[in-house]
Amino acid sequence: MIKLPGTNLLIEKKLSPDPAAFFVVPVISILLALLVGAFSLALSGRDYQQIYATMFSGAFGSTYGLSETIVKTIPLTITSLGIALAFRMQLWNIGGEGQIYMGAFAATWAALFFPVGTGWWTMPCMILLGMLAGGLWALLTAIPRAIWGVNEIITTLMMNYVAIFWVNYLVYGPWKDPQGYNFPLTATFPPEAILPTLGVSRIHFGLFLGLLLTVLMYAVVQHTRWGYEIKVTGESVSAARYAGINSKRNILLVMFFSGAICGLTGMTEVSGIAYRLQPGLSTGYGFTAIIIAWLARLNPFAIVLVSFLFGGLQVGGYIVQTSGIPSSMVTMLQGLLLFFVLGGELLTYYKISKAPASSGQDT
Amino acid sequence: MNQPNLVELNNITKKFPGVTANDQVNFSVRPGEIHVLLGENGSGKSTLMSVLCGLYSPDAGDIIIRGTKMQFRSPRQAINAGIGMVHQHFKLIESFSVAENVILGDQSIPQVLKMHQIKNYLTKLSQRFGLQINPSAMVWQLSVGEKQRVEIVKMLYRGSQVLILDEPTAVLTPQETGELFRTLREMTATGRGIVVITHKMHEVMEIADRVTVLRRGRSVATLEKQQINQQDLAWLMVGQDILRQEKKKIPPGDKHVLELKNVHCLNDQGLPGLTDISFTVHSGEIFGIAGIAGSGQRELAEVIARLRPVSSGDVLINNQAITGCSPRQAIDHGVAMVPEDRLGTGLVPNMDAMDNLILKSYRNKSLRRGPFLNRTLTREKVNQLVSRFEIRLNAPDAPVKLLSGGNLQRLLLAREITSDPQLLIAVYPVRGLDIKATEAVHNLLLEQRSKGLAVLLISEDLEEIFKLSDRVGVLCDGRITGIRPADATGVEEIGLLMMDAQNQGETTI
Amino acid sequence: MSQEIFVAILATAITAGTPILYAALGEVLAERSGILNLGVEGMMLVGAVSGFICAYETANPWYGLVVAMLAGGMMALVHAFLTVTLRANQVVSGLALTMFGIGLSGYLGQSYVGLPLPAPFKIIPLPALSDIPVLGPVFFNHDPVVYLSYLLVPMLWFYIFHTRAGLQLRAVGENPAAADSMGINVFRARYFYVIVGGMLAGIGGAYLSLYYVPSWMDNMIAGRGWIAVALVIFATWNPANALWGSYLFGGIDALGFRLQTLNVTVSPYFLKMLPYIFTILVLILVTKRNLAGRIGSPQALGLPYDREER
Repeated sequence: MIKLPGTNLLIEKKLSPDPAAFFVVPVISILLALLVGAFSLALSGRDYQQIYATMFSGAFGSTYGLSETIVKTIPLTITSLGIALAFRMQLWNIGGEGQIYMGAFAATWAALFFPVGTGWWTMPCMILLGMLAGGLWALLTAIPRAIWGVNEIITTLMMNYVAIFWVNYLVYGPWKDPQGYNFPLTATFPPEAILPTLGVSRIHFGLFLGLLLTVLMYAVVQHTRWGYEIKVTGESVSAARYAGINSKRNILLVMFFSGAICGLTGMTEVSGIAYRLQPGLSTGYGFTAIIIAWLARLNPFAIVLVSFLFGGLQVGGYIVQTSGIPSSMVTMLQGLLLFFVLGGELLTYYKISKAPASSGQDT
Repeated sequence: MNQPNLVELNNITKKFPGVTANDQVNFSVRPGEIHVLLGENGSGKSTLMSVLCGLYSPDAGDIIIRGTKMQFRSPRQAINAGIGMVHQHFKLIESFSVAENVILGDQSIPQVLKMHQIKNYLTKLSQRFGLQINPSAMVWQLSVGEKQRVEIVKMLYRGSQVLILDEPTAVLTPQETGELFRTLREMTATGRGIVVITHKMHEVMEIADRVTVLRRGRSVATLEKQQINQQDLAWLMVGQDILRQEKKKIPPGDKHVLELKNVHCLNDQGLPGLTDISFTVHSGEIFGIAGIAGSGQRELAEVIARLRPVSSGDVLINNQAITGCSPRQAIDHGVAMVPEDRLGTGLVPNMDAMDNLILKSYRNKSLRRGPFLNRTLTREKVNQLVSRFEIRLNAPDAPVKLLSGGNLQRLLLAREITSDPQLLIAVYPVRGLDIKATEAVHNLLLEQRSKGLAVLLISEDLEEIFKLSDRVGVLCDGRITGIRPADATGVEEIGLLMMDAQNQGETTI
Repeated sequence: MSQEIFVAILATAITAGTPILYAALGEVLAERSGILNLGVEGMMLVGAVSGFICAYETANPWYGLVVAMLAGGMMALVHAFLTVTLRANQVVSGLALTMFGIGLSGYLGQSYVGLPLPAPFKIIPLPALSDIPVLGPVFFNHDPVVYLSYLLVPMLWFYIFHTRAGLQLRAVGENPAAADSMGINVFRARYFYVIVGGMLAGIGGAYLSLYYVPSWMDNMIAGRGWIAVALVIFATWNPANALWGSYLFGGIDALGFRLQTLNVTVSPYFLKMLPYIFTILVLILVTKRNLAGRIGSPQALGLPYDREER
């Protein structure tokens, strides 16, 4: 027990975590983050009620808004699944952003510069090469991590910058569309390289890829031997060693697949949304995914739900940008949210009670 | 005699989630006495002393130091009031020098450290009490006995009038223990009060001026020296007569289950950890490894389980070399192990009992269903184990870190024994367990022995070694200094082997 | 001619390394106390924007520096509360701090983007010293914030390794239970050093917006906070090593910049990658070296301390 200074409140560890708290904490955290956001909006003299209302109706209140929210949900879900896989083994893959760019780069190559042109093979090749590129990009950091224990947080993060500069180099240089009026864009993809969309909306086939991946991820991590190994290694490396689990091999595998899944995001973004490679193709999905994964407690199905909410938040954020609210407000809200979730874990594992006045009282 | 008591604890109550560690306990220390606090593991001895030294704050009760009521909010206040504690697990910073450890937290020295002066002072201080330490030595280079001396000097440096030692002999050889007790006597001659926490009754007989017995968090008696007798103490401590199952005298088999041939390996510091180890464990035999802590026990267990590389020599299971095997292959060869670090290595703290019970068997064909783990079958198997080994789970899916020490050990043993091993390595299998749980574990080991299992028992408790083992090997500084049949040797001889007295010519105390 | 360029590159290396140096020194303190703070990037950003706003409005860079320091400290306080008091996961809390910092700085600096600073820090050549050939222009022809760092590094080194308080700081990071049992207030120490670390990161950030650029742009720290975190490992938690380490990184930065102006045919995008690739390579080499030399991080780094954990 710890006494909170200046109060008569005690913090005590619970004998078992409270199942209700798993659900309640994220909800309260979201509300608190919105509250602080409202406060800061009010401080700068803005009508926060109206801004929130616009954001909400913009994201969820119309068919168009809803479809845009789903468009955002796709990359968030896929990336978060990839990040969550690594987190499950306590591998801090902060390089989702870079892996997305590398996936987009490889998919673009398959779409525009494939040696044998385009055909039925284009789409499968884009998916495979996109995933391979993201996976290999992550593997570059996984190898030193597995062999020498080089901190993967820093290396994956540094790789983001390298990947982004690489894509910038391509679109400003050799891959720039000659007919593009000097804009930093590649040429538009041929039809074979474009994912089908749902009716007239921008919702593309990536949605099904994402949902398929969700189910697959659930089956793998919860019900296979490999998933069990990942869980054990994530909880205790020494127990894993003792149980005969090859942690080094699993570090390589998990990071590769984590990166490959993020690479898939890059592929779906160029093939389903942009139809070309361009700078800024990911608006920080790799980072937002960290928050989503944590908020969803790494549960694949919860990831879909949280991604949908975050998709809505981003769409709402774009809509209010026209009335002068900077897009950074959404980033700020996301950071706040993570703070509250972290703080809220206290409620899951600890119980707060009043200090007893007399000795006999049970706390 | 009319001096006030150095310490008086009145009606101390301290609760932890789920347990009341101390329930209205009374305790006092007189000047110049050695007061032994006796009780089995989990009886609340360490908690009571942690309350006295300011680490825990009591939920109720008074602490009176030399007649003044005190409230310790932190260890600093207790230290300033003259209370010093030598913890069982030393609170030393390995990467610091001895001097740095001793002066740590002293607010009276100048901000800019003059290490040279400090070291001179420490040398003088330690010599006054006959404690030899080198203030410039780095702590990680010290032996366990030396570390204990540093802890004592630390408290003397801070002017402790009351010195509390938590299980001080657990890590010492019988000879080192004698030396420690002489030092403690010298300290009482200066009017200091000493509290020794122990669960070993013979130590009470040896040094106690008074003894207080704790049982399940309550103090059941405080006896003066002349009132002490071993039978009464045992009864007070346990609350019932101890039934000891006698070791059945089935002779061990002659199959060589485990064989080590001239094994060498390095420790974590990259220094020689094991040197030229050779011995054999037969089927149906318990082979005890005695030795003071840090003599290479961990390295030995890890080398056999293939968790640590061998620099030369061979490890054989059933005459088959497993020296080049991975940990997984060692498991497949039938090597089971109850590791020293139960929660963290042996068990995964945040996973539930089911996930922990399949830690070694999850890749068996029988537990598979296609690419998936067969959860239904697993659950059935787990339920069988839980009832057969009497594991008490609060909730089936609660993380195992919430289980008591005895239940954790039963869980671990259940998994290891049912894996059908050839060899069971048991490292400190009863450390921290109460008497009942200890008996249960011992009976399990004896039962497995009679079924023909080879057991390598690593323990720091000679009583346990003699109770269970057929033969005893002694480790000292990474070497085997002797192997003796258990019924043809005694504590004295093993103690000498533990210090390797014959070979060194002089003891380092 | 070639010597002039050489001197110019070295002098720029120091200027470019200084923000990293401040942030790394702060992180050394936090990690020495056992708290890993991955929010350096965020703290630097908030320091940069708040310092810029204040300096812009008051036309005095010193006020900006002080405000940046306070802002960095406030950010670190959030991390300290989450990790020390609530014992939250230090990695995730640090990431949250960075993300929050990116958002907050963008939000605050929205209407200041690209504005020129009326009164940035100015170069003050040190009398006599700056006349020394080569060394003078490299080391003693800078702004006051650089000179301040020259003083700070030896002071921190002495503090950590030769004072009573420094001993306690190291003890808290190595073995908080032992420190606690000797009466050191682990919670207070960790709060203190995490906050001081944040203040230094704030200064580092403000140096970019008040001198190096000097202007405010979204995300202008551009990974320097992360480089600082890597640098702490490189420096083996020693301020003295952090000094030349950050100048090395600054040199890479400056080199890329110089090569660009010299009409080198390499694409500028590859030059911009240099510091990040260099960081990865150095981190790998240093980790290998530390592994071989058994130089470890503070033993309790990243672990929450709970006195009554049983």
